[in-house]
Amino acid sequence: MSLTAYLTLAALVFAIGLFGVLTRRNAIGILLGIELMLNAVNINLVAFARFHGDLLGLVFTLFTIAITVAEVALGLAIVIVIFRVRRTVEADRLDLLRG
Amino acid sequence: MTLEAAGFWVVAAVLLASSLAVVLTPNLFHAVLYLAAALVATGVVFLLLDSPFLFAVQLLLYAVGVMTIVVFAIMLTERLVGERITQTSRDLLNGAVVATGVFVGIAGFLIRASPSPPRPPLVADTTPALGRALVGPFAVTFELLALLLVVALLGALYFARTDE
Repeated sequence: MSLTAYLTLAALVFAIGLFGVLTRRNAIGILLGIELMLNAVNINLVAFARFHGDLLGLVFTLFTIAITVAEVALGLAIVIVIFRVRRTVEADRLDLLRG
Repeated sequence: MTLEAAGFWVVAAVLLASSLAVVLTPNLFHAVLYLAAALVATGVVFLLLDSPFLFAVQLLLYAVGVMTIVVFAIMLTERLVGERITQTSRDLLNGAVVATGVFVGIAGFLIRASPSPPRPPLVADTTPALGRALVGPFAVTFELLALLLVVALLGALYFARTDE
């Protein structure tokens, strides 16, 4: 398969993840959409690394995977704290900072 | 059709179907399970791109690690066996328009881009070179990553502590 096929697949997954982030009401659902988008970027990085014979893309993918995991753990910790305080994880109702 | 092409189409179908299920299914717990399928499919894409080490990392970190945390969070916030597991979506039309616009933009760029280079033959297994890069030119970045993970762990612990 050509590089374009992999990039198109990644773009589709990215668009689906973006759709999820925009439409989900639940904060955890939004996080799942962000996961999809980050995954699409990883596919791009690995595809470029393979088709250009360059190791850098793989190294970068390793770093993004680890950072994503840290981000998810922290994001979910925040969601749990929000749930404790507000008894909801609906993103629309988390308007404590609204003026 | 070569084996790689056949594998690509199968994996692409699985990945796209499970991704759509993640953003469309009303049951949040099912969405997480579909996300696990999508993450494993992404790992198989890495395998198709001759990166078995990243496939292993993807399985261990994402498909197992992230799944555990997310299921844990859902159980804490939604009471797994009970009501309130469903979730609703809003602004479906607007979201679809924006997502389609982004995809069309990327696709337009891909069409106008110069034709993709042919896939170079695999010189050697990338895993040893990857390991050498991590402790060689990227040693400092690698250590910073370890620091970031510790800080994230401490931050999560701090957030999740009980007030006593």
